[in-house]
Amino acid sequence: MNVSTILIILLIGAFATYFSGDKLASKVALLFSLAALGCSIVLLNNYNAGENISVINSWITQPKISFALNADGLGLAMVLLTAALTPIIIFSSFGNEYKNSKNFYALILFMSFAMTGTFLASDGLLYYIFWELALIPIYFIALIWGNGDAEERRKAVIKFFIYTLAGSLFMLTAFIYLYQKAGSFLIEDLYKVNLSACEQFWIFLAFFLAYAIKIPIIPFHTWQANVYQKAPTVGTMLLSGIMLKMGLYSVLRWQLPLAPIAAKEYMYIFIALGIAGVIYGSIVALRQKDLKKLLAYSSLAHVGLIAAGSYTLTLDGFRGAVMQMIAHGFVVVGLFFAAEVIFRRYETREIEEMGGIRAQSPKFTSMFLILVLASVALPSTFNFVGEFTVLYSLSQVNIWFAILGGTTIILGAYYMLRMFQHVMLGETNSKAFADVTLNEGISFAVIIAVLLFFGFYPKPITDLITPSLENILQVINKN
Amino acid sequence: MNTLIAITGLGIFCLLFEILNLRKAIIPITILGLLGVLALNYCEFGTEQSYYNNMIAVSKFSTAFSSLFIVLTIFLVALSHNFYQNHPTKISDYVAIKVFLLAGAVAMVSFGNLAMFFLGIEILSIALYVLAASDRLNIKSNEAGMKYFLMGSFASGIILFGICLIYGAMGTFDITEIHESALSAELPIWFPIGLILMIIGMLFKVAAVPFHFWAPDVYEGSPALTTALMSTLAKVVAIATLFKLISGMNVIASLENQDLLHTFEVIVVIISIASMSVGNIMALRQVNVKRMLAFSGISHAGFMLMTLLTVSASAGVLLYYTAAYALAGIAAFSVILYVCRDQDNEDITNFHGLGKTNPLLAAVLTASLLSMAGIPIFSGFFAKLFLFNQTIQAGYIGLVIVAVINSIISVGYYFKLIIAMYSKEPNQERTGRPFLIYATAVVSIVLNIALGLFPSLVLDLLK
Repeated sequence: MNVSTILIILLIGAFATYFSGDKLASKVALLFSLAALGCSIVLLNNYNAGENISVINSWITQPKISFALNADGLGLAMVLLTAALTPIIIFSSFGNEYKNSKNFYALILFMSFAMTGTFLASDGLLYYIFWELALIPIYFIALIWGNGDAEERRKAVIKFFIYTLAGSLFMLTAFIYLYQKAGSFLIEDLYKVNLSACEQFWIFLAFFLAYAIKIPIIPFHTWQANVYQKAPTVGTMLLSGIMLKMGLYSVLRWQLPLAPIAAKEYMYIFIALGIAGVIYGSIVALRQKDLKKLLAYSSLAHVGLIAAGSYTLTLDGFRGAVMQMIAHGFVVVGLFFAAEVIFRRYETREIEEMGGIRAQSPKFTSMFLILVLASVALPSTFNFVGEFTVLYSLSQVNIWFAILGGTTIILGAYYMLRMFQHVMLGETNSKAFADVTLNEGISFAVIIAVLLFFGFYPKPITDLITPSLENILQVINKN
Repeated sequence: MNTLIAITGLGIFCLLFEILNLRKAIIPITILGLLGVLALNYCEFGTEQSYYNNMIAVSKFSTAFSSLFIVLTIFLVALSHNFYQNHPTKISDYVAIKVFLLAGAVAMVSFGNLAMFFLGIEILSIALYVLAASDRLNIKSNEAGMKYFLMGSFASGIILFGICLIYGAMGTFDITEIHESALSAELPIWFPIGLILMIIGMLFKVAAVPFHFWAPDVYEGSPALTTALMSTLAKVVAIATLFKLISGMNVIASLENQDLLHTFEVIVVIISIASMSVGNIMALRQVNVKRMLAFSGISHAGFMLMTLLTVSASAGVLLYYTAAYALAGIAAFSVILYVCRDQDNEDITNFHGLGKTNPLLAAVLTASLLSMAGIPIFSGFFAKLFLFNQTIQAGYIGLVIVAVINSIISVGYYFKLIIAMYSKEPNQERTGRPFLIYATAVVSIVLNIALGLFPSLVLDLLK
């Protein structure tokens, strides 16, 4: 058994879902995503037991492209994140009715397939293919099942698609250029290439364009808020929970080790861009009236901090970034789900029109509160571990970065709690708010359990990711 | 050689069907015949032979491309069944012309003598003129045929003039002899001038900027099936022939001897960039799908011309690119034929809501457009990848960056159509499930994806 099993399960699952018909689709999709989760846990065990679970097969002879999937701690952590979030996302959508649901759920599984592939691929071109494949399903999910005015949605989605494709095509050019030097697309061979500082600068920039758009880092974020708002909540969860982690993961896996000199030389600029995202996102979030948009901007702020942590080129920065990726993945899915739960009852996303939910549904309120507090990195949540490590690594580079980056916690607390106050407290809304259903409760409970468990005991994750992050750091520092 | 004879024989057979009153059977029999020809052609693959004093030279290059042309013709003939339903009396003419056109196409890639080359190009062109004007009561079709004929014969004239000058310089029409004497130090200036004239004529057939002005009007005016033929088969034939001319006459080495290689490369780069950019930017503004695909074809011609910079190594890449492009084109056009069969135009509004009324065909059209835009797993992506790889290897990184930017622009108009299919409400009932159209659409897109999954199958053919 090797890592390709997960991919096969998800791909078969996508087809099975499509052929199972509209009624059964959601259940079949859930089943296959749970199977993928089980499979990845088994693989994690095998990996910890020292088994070789990587795959390498030659695929195209000239140019030399291999079907190579390599699972190390970092890759497996991301795969687990994807495998755990996909069933939660699918399960959370059980309360909604979708037209043509067989297509909808098949696309979700297909997207999960492509994202898992991105995290595993260790051949540059295979990685690129998975990276692009992940874009197609989310495009259709947002376009067909999104909400709001159709014309505006069309504009937002096409902008998103062209932006991301544009970025990744430059990455492709960089890969082809590297291939000329290395004679292979395999990551080990690409790591070995010696490039001049000038070449590295351009390679670094080409990769940066792809990742900065996907993550998104200021000033490439303009697609984000609109797409998050217009996409169906499931799409938003996939985008913010997993897909943007593809960009952050790729920074660690591909961008930094392939252009280490450039990464060191321009470190301050890119950290500064990340921090700028933190401050910008937080300030804009303060002014948002739409709940989903507010969460989108808060996500922009958190992701900026993760990116800044990655660009510090320290082990702490890397570790904090990866942990924060996982924590943010769970918390953002939880928050968007909470927004969806409110929308199911009130049919609105305007913060102004909400209020007084606490009096009617204390259960929902407390769960929402935990998620809000996790999002602002309260100690004892997993987010605190991640955010704190990142801030620590920033302070090692320059204390001002840490201070400015720390505003994410202060401003974050301000806008999140203010939002909580408007949405949950205050006057009782004239409309009744039904208590959370069992299904909704299960989704929340799983997310909260993960956040709290790793908040108290992050060791399993740090143990898993640290060796591979050390390897990456070694590649970066070799010259 | 056997292929060529068999194709011509099949064409004559098609004409006889009219006399024998077997019109209903003509499509299946022609398809079977073409499959037989394909098998025959497959048997010839790998042999190197020349026939009739080197008039025809069979090589790997010629057989590989001939196979592609035969496959494309099979699809086009299959589509004819529904397209000519309203003119049952003329169907054998239409099918026969397509088969003769294929004979011209095969001659164009397997010539060993410039006379044969010219013969091939005329057989192909005259068949195209007739097909362009074949909807004879439609004023637009007449206009298209007339325009194409005037411009096309002018281009043929230029090619003929070029051949004469080359004959003047070399004293022979024979490709192998030209290949040898092209390296001699003392070449009269007629040789490069003749070359330029021939290349200009071929660029016209390819519809590369600045010789593209005929394409949008002719594509729009011609009957949709003819447009499909022009934008897939005819374009692929023209670019393959241009490639064969340049490699066959040893143009690169000869120009290098005369210090003209740099000029040649600059010209190719400029034409390629101009074709991509003009084609893409003009396509953004089109509302007629046929016209949009015409401009998209111009931009793809720009991409394919990039192979001329690395002639010695890129025959396989060109074969792959043309196959990917033409298969996607066939799939797209079979959907267009289905959607617009009862309409008098091919505007984008006709495609509204196709995702709801015909999910399968909408998916096929989406896949083919994604392939043309170069999204992974479809062969269009690998075609671009191999092309860019080859071009960067030769040191033209700037050209590749321009090509990448153009790929991004092209997403704009391909997605306009996809959005129209999936996010607009259907405005017409679409009934009927014509088997041959469905089969062609599905088979061609499946072939396209198969090429994407196993690129080595085609890419390594011409090693």
